[in-house]
Formats: sequence, structure tokens, C-alpha cells
Amino acid sequence: MSEDTQMSLIDEIDYGTPPSQAAEMVTLTIDGRAVTVPAGTSIMRAAMEAGTAIPKLCATDMLDAFGSCRLCLVEIEGRAGTPASCTTPVAPDMAVATASERLDRLRRGVMELYVSDHPVTSLDPCTLDPCTQGDVELLDVAAEVGLTEVRYGLDGARHRSTGLDVSNPYFMYDPEKCIVCSRCVRACSDVQGTFALTISGRGFDSVMAAGSDQPFLESECVSCGACVQACPTGSLIEKAVVETGRPDRTVLTTCAYCGVGCSFKAEMKGDDVVRMVPYKDGKANHGHSCVKGRFAWGYTTHRERILHPMIRDSIDAPWREVSWDEAIGFAASEIGRIQARYGRDSVGAITSSRCTNEETFLVQKLVRAGFGNNNVDTCARVCHSPTGYGLSQTFGTSAGTQDFDSVEQTDVMIVIGANPTDAHPVFASRMKQRLRQGAKLIVIDPRRIDLVRSPHVEAECHLPLRPGTNVAVVTALAHVIVAERLVDEDFVRMRCDWDEYQDWADFVLRPEHGPEAVEALSGVPADLIRKAARLYATGGNGAIYYGLGVTEHSQGTTAVMALANLAMATGNIGRPGVGVNPLRGQNNVQGSCDMGSFPHELSGYRHIAGGDVRRLFESDWGVTLNPEPGLRIPNMFDAALDGSFKALYVQGEDILQSDPDTRHVAAGLGAMECVIVQDLFLNETASYAHVFLPGSTFLEKDGTFTNAERRIQLVRKALAPRNGYADWEVTLLLAKALGMTMHYDHPSQIMDEIARLTPTFAGVSYARLEALGSIQWPCNANAPEGTPVMHVDGFVRGKGRFIATEYVASDEKTGPRFPLLLTTGRILSQYNVGAQTRRTDNVVWHHEDVLEIHPHDAEMRGIADGAWVRLASRAGETTLRAQVTDRVAPGVVYTTFHHPDTQANVVTTDNSDWATNCPEYKCTAVQVSPSNGRSPWQQDYEAFSDRSRRIAPVEAAE
Amino acid sequence: MPPEKLVHMANQIGKFFASQPRGDAPAAIADHLRKFWDPRMRRAIVAHLEQGGAGLDPPVRAAVQRLASESGHQTV
Ligand code: SF4
Ligand code: SF4
Ligand code: FES
Repeated sequence: MSEDTQMSLIDEIDYGTPPSQAAEMVTLTIDGRAVTVPAGTSIMRAAMEAGTAIPKLCATDMLDAFGSCRLCLVEIEGRAGTPASCTTPVAPDMAVATASERLDRLRRGVMELYVSDHPVTSLDPCTLDPCTQGDVELLDVAAEVGLTEVRYGLDGARHRSTGLDVSNPYFMYDPEKCIVCSRCVRACSDVQGTFALTISGRGFDSVMAAGSDQPFLESECVSCGACVQACPTGSLIEKAVVETGRPDRTVLTTCAYCGVGCSFKAEMKGDDVVRMVPYKDGKANHGHSCVKGRFAWGYTTHRERILHPMIRDSIDAPWREVSWDEAIGFAASEIGRIQARYGRDSVGAITSSRCTNEETFLVQKLVRAGFGNNNVDTCARVCHSPTGYGLSQTFGTSAGTQDFDSVEQTDVMIVIGANPTDAHPVFASRMKQRLRQGAKLIVIDPRRIDLVRSPHVEAECHLPLRPGTNVAVVTALAHVIVAERLVDEDFVRMRCDWDEYQDWADFVLRPEHGPEAVEALSGVPADLIRKAARLYATGGNGAIYYGLGVTEHSQGTTAVMALANLAMATGNIGRPGVGVNPLRGQNNVQGSCDMGSFPHELSGYRHIAGGDVRRLFESDWGVTLNPEPGLRIPNMFDAALDGSFKALYVQGEDILQSDPDTRHVAAGLGAMECVIVQDLFLNETASYAHVFLPGSTFLEKDGTFTNAERRIQLVRKALAPRNGYADWEVTLLLAKALGMTMHYDHPSQIMDEIARLTPTFAGVSYARLEALGSIQWPCNANAPEGTPVMHVDGFVRGKGRFIATEYVASDEKTGPRFPLLLTTGRILSQYNVGAQTRRTDNVVWHHEDVLEIHPHDAEMRGIADGAWVRLASRAGETTLRAQVTDRVAPGVVYTTFHHPDTQANVVTTDNSDWATNCPEYKCTAVQVSPSNGRSPWQQDYEAFSDRSRRIAPVEAAE
Repeated sequence: MPPEKLVHMANQIGKFFASQPRGDAPAAIADHLRKFWDPRMRRAIVAHLEQGGAGLDPPVRAAVQRLASESGHQTV
């Protein structure tokens, strides 16, 4: 971005009403100038596009026009009266006047009434105190219409005030300032889709209210902040603005939480972030966000952040703060010592899906070119590795097929193993918009996720399958589609391998894949399977969205293939509105996979055994690369216990808390001689570390993230790193200490290297990203601006490939000892292991992990709502509180993994996906019983974790 | 690496390829092991085969045999 936008406050143009999608164009004149816009555009928007701002209060371009404030009046030649320009569409040859004496008078009259009802003490926006006035769009408009005095006085009677509401930790509501424009109400319903706000009361008495006249925190509000952003009067305002004052510059950046990848304006005052406001021109989020991205960034300055490097000789010793030089030197010498003693292959690294593409690329380069082996893996191993393998086998590329905007043209959505309203909230809002317009929804999930039924949204079918039976159910859908001749044969003949299709069709038609047979396995009624299959195959554009409930199974890869088969058989691939779309967990899961973080492949998904590819990197890097695949994360722990793997460099990833079968992970880490952790906090993994290198936050570095739609977006440095170095610089220090010669002055140079070495990134550079805002790979000579929808004219691999998907039951079978199936997930306000969100006020929504259990199962065990229960599997046991709910089916229990003291992963097992070793988090056979306290593991662990976090006091300097 | 775990993982791979309507399952399994298993894991499963290969499903056993015969020429 130019110096200039970096420094000033960015205020996007508000066109007043949303753009019209019509193809037909209309020409009219506005104030004597000819203007051409799509049919259906409002006069207000047409005027703004031509550079004329018509005063407005109740209109804003993120919302449909409402027409209540009567401020935006215009005159139209040949029409009586003064229609509102926000609600009046353009017409051919219309002649509009936006200013006249009559209009000025009318507008001033309207404004005068608003201002008199508003608790201001002055009409001059420049003299406002943010504490009392907040945002002043209202007063800007008063100035715009030339209001200089208020005849009724500024201290006249106010409408009804229900009292200041400060219950939400991040924003407050002052009803006195509400002018009842309904912008917040509409933002909550139309943009966010939560319907938490209403206008209560009538006439002069009316005022906005949350829930049923409740404090915000007790209402259905999910704290997305859309209403705060929409409010023109400061009636709803961020507490941070009140406390810190109004921002004076903007840094455009990208959210570091989930795979939606919302674009944000970090609004700064000096060196403080005042607030994060979603950027309207962000192509992933179009000006919307969730509670995490907008509000939960307080962790970046949390007092527990570690800012100085630390080392220790053994994990029983307290940490010792040292200089960067000493820490890096120690780490490098340990790696050298270990490789000399145990061999070149005894060390490795884990890249982070939370760090930038550039940082990830550097870590894998460090391993391949510096360590001289391929023992590099990424946390995507444990979430979306089956997506990579499954989609590359069927379509030829390891990524989702669509952009998010594609959902606007979808008629039927299948949501399987994903919970978008909690895990991908901004995209969920888009889905709900489309569902409210009439698209149909099929949910395949063991739990009744919120999308199944929420205000104005109801799924056509919910298939509550038994955990572990995805492959059986999806294959049964295919069975119905083939048996009932709903296949799009033209598509299949043209785009796919016909012989393979026929083999596959014979396969799915086998009786064991029929709905009745699958009902017995999955518990989903056969009729419901038929209904869903028919709907998807015949309902128009069908799009599949899936999450970790598909991948994190012993048959995760097979399930991804089954979904790809389904899309090909119905011709739902290669155009807007359709496709197969993985919803990615972390902000840069897609990127970390793209960057060559997997042990067997270089960037752009090219196997390390390929001679040509390897030679390309070898000549660029000036080294010889090892052609053999390295260890994957779970293999690293096994190898550590075996004595052949001794040192690990972990960047931005808490494997101990996030990986399954905690005891196995802990034993593996404990068997290593040097564990180097680079993170913001002393996370759980750090308890086993010998070197701690402090990490930097996304606000403190330049780089790029790639979201779930393959969209590469810039992350821009808003602040100097509090720890002294951005994460890429830390890796570079380590590389240099190991004798590598690589050097970069800025992450853009790393991206240039990536582009040079990766055909799908050939056209990507920081300059292009600045110019285009974002780029969806592939971006090269054939697609210089990137690729929103993939496989348009043909599959990347040539012909689409149907693959037989035989159901294989998980080893996690229920039996007398472990009669229930546990599945895991997350919730809106917390993120992954919670290291960040637990250090923010988001804990008001979720301060502990609970176990959801069906009333029937609870009663059988004498478990009451809120009671402590013991959750045990063959791997381990833990205790937590029960929540009795029929959201889960009988026989299924569910919990989240956000809190280390619960340690849900003590219970999950080391079973994994056949193709990728992605762990089977989503299916563990368990028993639940009443408990009166914490498990021995939890008690031991707490003692251990306290002990291992000790930091020795710094000795006085000599 | 504990052989039981490797045998279990290899059999999982085997079940997938053996269920494909066409193709040479042992070849596909061997290829998967070559592409995704680090050499020490392949060495360990070959060693397990040489010890009798208890627990290996037939197509997996055939696949590991291929790896074993290759290891004559190159390090597996
Ligand atoms: S914060 Fe979001 S969910 Fe809450 S009331 Fe405002 S718009 Fe609705
Ligand atoms: S967490 Fe996800 S949905 Fe929320 S603001 Fe960040 S990128 Fe957007
Ligand atoms: S802006 Fe048009 S009526 Fe309010």
C-alpha cells in the first residue's frame, strides 16, 4: 500500500444502497449530467457513483434501502413531490435534481428534529469529546445540510431512554443517542443473520432494543459488531474508542483467526490499535466480521506474552532469559550436536497455519536446505491433509473449487461435518443470506448445528449420522443418484473418464450401498437419504461445503473423494454456484499446505521425488535436496519414542494441546533432546521445550495469508514487533546460525522466490497484491488476475476421476466398556486451542469446555445438567461439566478443545486417516460417568505445567 | 517404530486400494508407501516382513515384498 494510505484514515465510500446485479444499463441525468448505471440501481447510488453525495441517515450500502429518515429527498422532473432517492430506482431518461432551495429547507427541517432529540451540546463535530459523542455521522450530516442552529434547543425532551447498556465487553449502547434509523436492526438481520435487535415501542417512544428488551449480553447477540459499524450516531460504540479516542490512521490487514480471511482496517492512534473495522472492499468478507476478528485482539498486548528468548538444559529446570544471540546460538548448536550424533534425519520442524506464507516457506526451506532432510510438516496435517490428497486424486488440485461469492448463485447447499456459524461465521452469514432468499440446505452432521434451525433459516434435511459413517452415507447418496438416473451424463461423458465412471456406478449400485443398508450403519433413515440425494441432484446449482467433520476420520480422505464423486456425477463443478469447498480451520491452512509444508512435497503440491522439480529448487537454493519423503507429525512422535528423532523446531503451533492422544504426544516430546518452541505464550508444548523464541503477532509483521478460497491477501505491519523480531526474521536468524546463506530484507522477496519456484504462484507479487487487493491462485500467464472458480473448461488433472469409496468401519467401535461416541468441535467465541481468545474478554461467552450429552444417556447415568462427569476412552480420561441437550443424538457426546485444563485430547486416540495420518478426532469410543473431581491426569498435569513454566529471576548485571 | 502400529497403518492403506475395481493393488500400495512413508518407516515394515510379517493383509504383504526387493538396489 502506498505510504499515503498507510498513514491516513481510510474511509470507504458509502454508496447508500447495495450495487445492482442487473446486466441491463440505464442512462439518466443527475444535476444535468448523464449517468449510466445498471437497471435497479437507486438514484442515491447512481448519484454517488457520479460523485454527488446525497445526504442520508438511514441508508448505507451494506443494507437494502429502508426509506425512513426522509433526508435523501430529490426532485424528479415531471414527478410531483420529493421522493426518497434511496428507495427510488433509476429509470431511462429520468432527470434528477439533488439540490434546490426546497430540498435544502426540507432536509434542514428533518435534521433539526433529529439533532434536537440527540444529546449533543454543540453542532461542531470538531469539538466533540469521544467519550460522550463517539461517532458523529449524524453531525457530519447536519453540517452537510447546512444546519447551523436548532430552534428547539439542544436540551429538549428526549425520547424514551432505557439506560446505558455496557453488558457486552467490547461495545456499549446508549439509547439516548438512538434516532431509530434501524440501521443496526437491519445489519443484525440482513448482514449478520442473527435477528437479535428490534425497534420496541411506538412513535416518539420507540427505541432500539436487544433481544426481548434485554441487555446485549443476555440476548441472542453474537457480538459480531455489525450493528456498531452501522450506527450513525454513536449510540452503539466500541468501548475502545470511548477509552482511547478516535483513530487517526488505518493499516489494511487480514484477520489472523479463521480460514474466512476477513480483510480489516486496523484503526490506529499513535502506536495503539483503537479498533478493527472490517474492510468493505475485502473480497472475502465485504465489510463484515465476527467477534474474534473485530474484537478479540487484546491478546497481542496481553501481559503473559513472552518477549524475551529463554533457554534451559532440561525441562525440569526453570527458564532462563537470555539474549537473542545466546538463544539462537544454543538452538543451532543443539541441532548440530544432535545431527552429528544421531544422524541427519534425527531433526525436523513444524510450520504454522497461523503464520504467513512467507514464514511457512522459510521454515520448510530451513528443513530441506538447512537440516538436509524432509522432516517438515504442518498443523494442517491434523485438519485438512485429506482434502489435499482426496481432491488432488479426483480433480487434480488440492484446494476448494469456488470463491465465497459463488454461494450467491447456489440453489442447494450440502453442509457436511462443518459448523459454519461457529467456525466460519462470516461465511455462515453469507450462506444464511442465500438461504433466506430461498436456497435449500442439507445438513449432514451428528449434531443439530445452528444452521439446521435458526431465525428465518431451516434445513430441508438434517441427516444426523453416527460419527464415523460419512463415507457410507455419501456413497448412499451416490447410490440413489445413479439408481434413479439423476446423473448428469453429458457432463460426465465430456469431462470425466467414462470407464472409471462406469466402474464407479457399478460400485455404488451394490446393495450394501443402498439407503436401507446404510440406515442400519449410520442411523439415518433411508427416506431421508433419498430425499437429500434427489434434492442435491435436481435442485439446481448444488454446492458442497465441508469441514473437519469430514477429514478428521480414519476414512477422511475417502470421504473427500466421495464428495468429489458426487459433484462430478451431478455436473456440479466448474461454474459459479457449485463446487466442493473445504472450510479451512485456521487463517493460513491453505497457505501452509501450498507452501510445501508437507514432508513429501515442495510448494505447489509437487512430490519431492520428482527430479525436475527438485532440480529447480536445487539450482535456486544452491543445495542438494533429499528425494525421500520425511516424517509426518504423528510419525515424529513415534520416531522420537524409537530414539531416531531427537530435535524439533515448532513455529506457532501448540501440538501438545491440539494433537490427539496427549499422553503419546507428551511421551514423544519428552523423549526429544531439543525442542524449540516459537510462540507468543508459554503454551502447553513449551512445557517440554528447551528453547523458547518469542513470536510476533499478525499486527507486527508483513506477509500474506491464503484463505479457504485460495485468496492470497496482504498482512501489513501496524506495529513494531514487541518481541523484537517478526517470525520470519527469527527463522532467518536460526538459519544463519546453522550456516545457511539465505538472506531477505523483506517478506516480499520471499514471495518473489515462491513465485519463481511455483507455477501456480507465478503471477503473484506484493506489487500485484497491492494493485488487485487480493489474488486467488492459480495466478500465472493464463490467469493474470487469479482464478475465482476452478476446473471451468476441464479438470486440472485432465479428466475428472471417479474413485470407489468403500466404507470401512472405524476401529473406534462402541462396546460395553465404551458405549458412546465422542466427537469434538469448536465454538464461535473461542479459537482452536484458545491461546489467543482465552486471553481476551471472549471468555465471557465460553469459560470452560463442556460435554454435550443427550438427556436419555444422561438420565441412564444419573447425570444432571451442569454436573461434573468423567469422560474416558481407551487412551485416557478427563473430567468436565455436562450439558444435557438433545442437540446431540442418543449415543453421541460432544465437546470443544479450547481449554488446556480440560485436555479433551487426552481422550482422543492415535487412530488416523489411512492416506495422510490425519488423526481421527471426530470419533472416539468413550464412557461417561458421574465424577466428583478432576482426574489424576489433570491434577498431575497442572502440577507439571506450573513447574515447567517457572522463569528464573534475572540476575543483577555485574 | 512399533511394528503393530505400522502394520495397522499399512493395512488401512491396503483396504482402500484393494477395494478399487481395477488396478494392481500391491503396486498401488507399494507406491503409496514409497510416496508418503519416510525411509525409516519403510525399513521397519520391511524388517517386520522379514520377521514373518505377522498381521499384514495379503495385498499389503505383497506390496512390502516389492519394497523389500527394491531395497536390494537402493536404500529403502
Ligand atoms: S453485535 Fe452482531 S449479533 Fe449482536 S446485535 Fe449487533 S449485529 Fe446483532
Ligand atoms: S475469525 Fe474468521 S470470520 Fe471472524 S473476522 Fe476473522 S476471518 Fe472473519
Ligand atoms: S437515506 Fe433515504 S430515507 Fe433515509
